[in-house]
Amino acid sequence: MRLRRRDVGLGFLLVTLAAFLVADLGAARPDPWATLTAIGRGVIAPDFSDLGGLARATGLTLAFAFCGVAFGAVFGLLLAPFYRLAPVRWLCVSVRAVHELFWALLLLNVTGLSPLTGVLAIGLPYAGIFAKVFAEYMEEARDPLPPGVGGVAALLWARLPGCLPQMRTYTLYRLECGLRSSAVLGFVGLPTLGFQLETYFRQAEYGAAAACLLVFLALILPMRRWMIWRLAPAYLAVSVVALSWVSHPPMGDGALLRFLRDVVPAPLRTGAEWGPWLGRVFAEQATPGTAQTLIVSQLALGGAAVLAAVAFPLIVPRVVGRWGAVLGHGVLVVVRSLPEYMLAFVFLQILGPSLLPAVLALALHNGAIIAHLMGRQAEGLRLRADAPRGLTLAGWDLMPRLSGNFVALCLYRWEIIVRESAIVGLLGVATLGFWIQTNVQELRLDRVLMLLLVTIGITLGIDALSRRLRAAMGAGAGLRIEGTRGQVVRTT
Amino acid sequence: MEIALRSETLGWGAEAVLRDVTLTVRAGDCVALMGRSGAGKSTLLRALRERAAGRVAEVAQDHGLVDALSVFHNVWMGRLTDHGTARNLRTLVRPSAAERAEVEAVLARVGLDGLQRRSVGALSGGQRQRVALARAMLRGGAVVFADEPVSSLDPAQGDALLQSLIGQFETSVMVLHDVGQARRVASRVVGLKGGTVALDAPVAGLDVARLMELYA
Repeated sequence: MRLRRRDVGLGFLLVTLAAFLVADLGAARPDPWATLTAIGRGVIAPDFSDLGGLARATGLTLAFAFCGVAFGAVFGLLLAPFYRLAPVRWLCVSVRAVHELFWALLLLNVTGLSPLTGVLAIGLPYAGIFAKVFAEYMEEARDPLPPGVGGVAALLWARLPGCLPQMRTYTLYRLECGLRSSAVLGFVGLPTLGFQLETYFRQAEYGAAAACLLVFLALILPMRRWMIWRLAPAYLAVSVVALSWVSHPPMGDGALLRFLRDVVPAPLRTGAEWGPWLGRVFAEQATPGTAQTLIVSQLALGGAAVLAAVAFPLIVPRVVGRWGAVLGHGVLVVVRSLPEYMLAFVFLQILGPSLLPAVLALALHNGAIIAHLMGRQAEGLRLRADAPRGLTLAGWDLMPRLSGNFVALCLYRWEIIVRESAIVGLLGVATLGFWIQTNVQELRLDRVLMLLLVTIGITLGIDALSRRLRAAMGAGAGLRIEGTRGQVVRTT
Repeated sequence: MEIALRSETLGWGAEAVLRDVTLTVRAGDCVALMGRSGAGKSTLLRALRERAAGRVAEVAQDHGLVDALSVFHNVWMGRLTDHGTARNLRTLVRPSAAERAEVEAVLARVGLDGLQRRSVGALSGGQRQRVALARAMLRGGAVVFADEPVSSLDPAQGDALLQSLIGQFETSVMVLHDVGQARRVASRVVGLKGGTVALDAPVAGLDVARLMELYA
């Protein structure tokens, strides 16, 4: 079946409107302005007085990111040649379907607050992603060797060297993501910038909280300058040493065995009845959690699409002038560099508990990413010599020309937004993450596992749906976005 | 109006395609740029266009169409520089009856009347080329620069449309690949060969053999 872009757009609009009608967006906080002014004052006068604490958190944020990404890259590289084998592929798909924060929540039960938890929480899902992307690169790399050269030799002599530059670029991009993940892991108790931010916020020390955000931006914005490949081994070595020095409460013996026993569904373990257990997990938790997750993600997707459509011309010099484009880039880069989870946390403090902060944070972050990628594509378009400038160009030329890519990018972020919608539940919004957190606190790991499986199922379902829609619209089933960081590339 | 090149080296980026080009296009000229594929015709056309002052219209080799928009929109693009942003955005969303009528008139000249609501993505190659021609006609101006503007049309239709296009502009510069067509519609032929201008002569009295040498 062939779908028209307009019909798909209309369908999304209707679903978003429906989500809007059933969503609880009412802010419970009586006076958001009071908090907002206090935060504003903090941003204007950031408080760097706790220099030691900030420096330690910054260093550990870097260390977790380095070790986690290195772990992911190494295992991804080892798995990539075997990615065609179904068991390897499924292993990769399932480890990357679980968000870093969920991995951390699970691992806390095995490795406790030790640094290994943070490294694995980043490393495991990243290994799955790296394996997929590296496998794609290797498949596309040219193989100029004569026929008959064995697989291993061809891999080492031709395919691997052939795609080394792309792998480097992609690893750099992943390191940027790793920094965000690492900072956010602080929210579950690891000693990174997120932990500092949460602590300061809860104590209403907005100056110090602003200092945290500024330090994080100072770290991530110039990353491409300080990340020098020759120094990577040194960075990594220092990171390993730094993490090994982190003191942490010891875990009792047999934590792994206890964990493995606890994830077995209670009826199997204790002989309790299946009915009530299933009812509890699926009817009372998974169903409302799924509904809220989908509502948040739908509204966030709608918001991100609107934001991206409005914002992407703002970074095209032919539309807003050279200085306007510089300013537009500046705003977008800050918004997309801050982790969506951190944004959601800050908005939650301002607006009070409802779906609104989560929706706003996800829409802003993802909208900025889509806008950035669209803007870059717009700059690369070959325009007619008599093409107009300003908004006329944006409306008459850029938007219609890029509309296919726009839809593809939105569909590509859809799955990511769903994953993130589940995660923001950890902040108290009633999505799947909320129920997972609740069960973690009650040490009901069997239910945690079930809810994680539901989350994975939804993510994979949305991914499949997004692929189907793209294919049905002729947006290219072979469209590859992740490995090219959104440069929509047709492989077929 | 006069466009002059004096001993210039032309190319894309650092790579020189044409060397030592001296050429003057005067008001009233109807120039056909000819030569083998890769001889530098499009490069020369671009160089002339960049040096042209005043209002110019263009028919790009790749048509420069926006597939996601309708025929009306693609033709009206020729007029965007005449209006402010607000008006242009209004036209994008809701064209007025007068605007539709203007476009319909020019579409009739290229034989596409009645198709202005059609999406450009759904047109054939020849139809797309005629949309690009219609846009240049609607735009108007002193000079038109056209890069193989009728390559997808049959010779009779191509001749008629070229005449119609040329008739509207004081000066025309076109890349053509059909020798017979060039002789029928142009007033002057500029031939490129070996990385420079090998031939520059009025069509009247031009020997076919000399023209064919360009392709030898």
